[in-house]
Amino acid sequence: MKVGIVCPYSWDVPGGVQFHIRDLAEHLIGLGHEVSVLAPADDDTPLPPYVVSAGRAVPVPYNGSVARLSFGFLSAARVRKWLHDGAFDVVHIHEPAAPSLGLLTCWAAQGPIVATFHTSTARSRVMLAAYPILQPALEKISARIAVSEYARRTLVEHLGGDAVTIPNGVDVDFFAKAEPKEEWQGETLGFIGRIDEPRKGLPVLMRALPRIFAERPGARLLVAGRGDEKEAVASLPEELRSRVEFLGMVSDEDKARLLRSVDVYVAPNTGGESFGIILVEAMSAGAPVLASDLDAFAQVLDQGAAGDLFANEDADALADAAVRLLGDASRRAGLSERGTAHVRRFDWSTVAADILAVYETVTDGANAVAAEDVGERSGLRARARARMGRE
Amino acid sequence: MTTLIWIVVGLFAIGLYLSWTAGRLDRLHARIDASRAALDAQLLRRASVAQELATSGVLDPASSIVLYQAAHEARQAEEEQREVAESELSQALRAVFGEQEQVEAVKLAPGGEEAAGELAAAVRRVPMARRFHNDSVRAARALRRHRKVRWFRLAGHAPFPMAFEMDDEAPVALADRPGT
Repeated sequence: MKVGIVCPYSWDVPGGVQFHIRDLAEHLIGLGHEVSVLAPADDDTPLPPYVVSAGRAVPVPYNGSVARLSFGFLSAARVRKWLHDGAFDVVHIHEPAAPSLGLLTCWAAQGPIVATFHTSTARSRVMLAAYPILQPALEKISARIAVSEYARRTLVEHLGGDAVTIPNGVDVDFFAKAEPKEEWQGETLGFIGRIDEPRKGLPVLMRALPRIFAERPGARLLVAGRGDEKEAVASLPEELRSRVEFLGMVSDEDKARLLRSVDVYVAPNTGGESFGIILVEAMSAGAPVLASDLDAFAQVLDQGAAGDLFANEDADALADAAVRLLGDASRRAGLSERGTAHVRRFDWSTVAADILAVYETVTDGANAVAAEDVGERSGLRARARARMGRE
Repeated sequence: MTTLIWIVVGLFAIGLYLSWTAGRLDRLHARIDASRAALDAQLLRRASVAQELATSGVLDPASSIVLYQAAHEARQAEEEQREVAESELSQALRAVFGEQEQVEAVKLAPGGEEAAGELAAAVRRVPMARRFHNDSVRAARALRRHRKVRWFRLAGHAPFPMAFEMDDEAPVALADRPGT
């Protein structure tokens, strides 16, 4: 099958959506499909062979942060050229409502379009409010995919209609087979994420730490992620600061090894999450997970069966749960075992099969109708369609 | 004279807009046709695999009869009875494949692995296809209810699109996936 994938965000700056597209494209290519990805990228950025650059991206404030998007006359021309050259069986647009390549593709494309909606934050509601304007473009989409039940609800609420839920994929074996690192083992809590982004929840964890460290004298916290380390521990009493270790930005390999090593992985995020890929990665590595009870997290953790949940932003609840988990090896083993079993459904083999099923469903229908059109239809509508087809 | 020109320009603009809207509507109708064809294909595939399994002798006689009857009804149903018949097939599938053991037993039979895989794919794709179909129906309805479409009869003789409502919940043992 010839698949065209459209990435709205710049390929130069790595992010969740870009990683998702990269993994999906590589997995589909591995299955023998022809894949081309259209993404904004600088001319001097090294690109994988399957990525086509749509030109430089412009930083614009969008969805609460600065996103690097691509739009305008030149981008539109490149989109049309890419569509024309590619002659795809199906075009898969990511984040179609973002004012970027996805929307331009919606305008220009004919034939089956699949779209994945990634965000579901309150901020994106501003974008959703603009939907009446976008409607003529978005109604060309034949199949919508939401990355979680929560994202689907937001989508349905603001757009009507329906979408299927297909979770984000993870290469489970990559994490399951990583080698644990000795210096990261032994009553360790793990946290991965931007240190200086409050919604990742590190401040909540810092408020809970004094109690956890008091009740578990051997416990340590390992933090991986960008941000100001001094500021992060500022609220912590001086004598406890040595028990928090900052690893800075870590490579994918080290991330997997870290998750394999820690006793408990803590995800204290306070909101704005539509999926929670890090929880899936932690479960893949067999780490017992303790997470805030956000809708998206609860769903990924099978409503608490595959990982412990605590009341969001409640540092005391977090401390209680962490102390309980650190002191109970059999509970940890149970969580790890259930997590490992639960996480299989997020493996790329399953997720890519589901996405392919969506592709096949929309192309099946399109082929059937194209064949039917020849004899049965006549009159104005058929002529109008033929005219549109030529355009 | 100028007034006349403006009137002509205005009428032309309105005409363009209406023609564009008619094109939009036409595209939506084409999308409904496509999604309905896809849904029919998936439903037929599901009924066929179910019937095949029912006649294969892998299942016990009671399950075979229940499944065969439901699958047969679903394939033969008239258009008005279709939603009910397909829902009943879903119920029959849930009754027969409610237990993981039953699925394992099917997989052990010769060619069973393949049949179980096909059935799992079919029960998973039916809800998908149905969501896509109902989504396209909703989009077309929203546009058709609009004043400009009703006043200028832009929809022509195309029938008012109907959603396909049925019970499409998959048997637990065949679809251990979140969502959908």
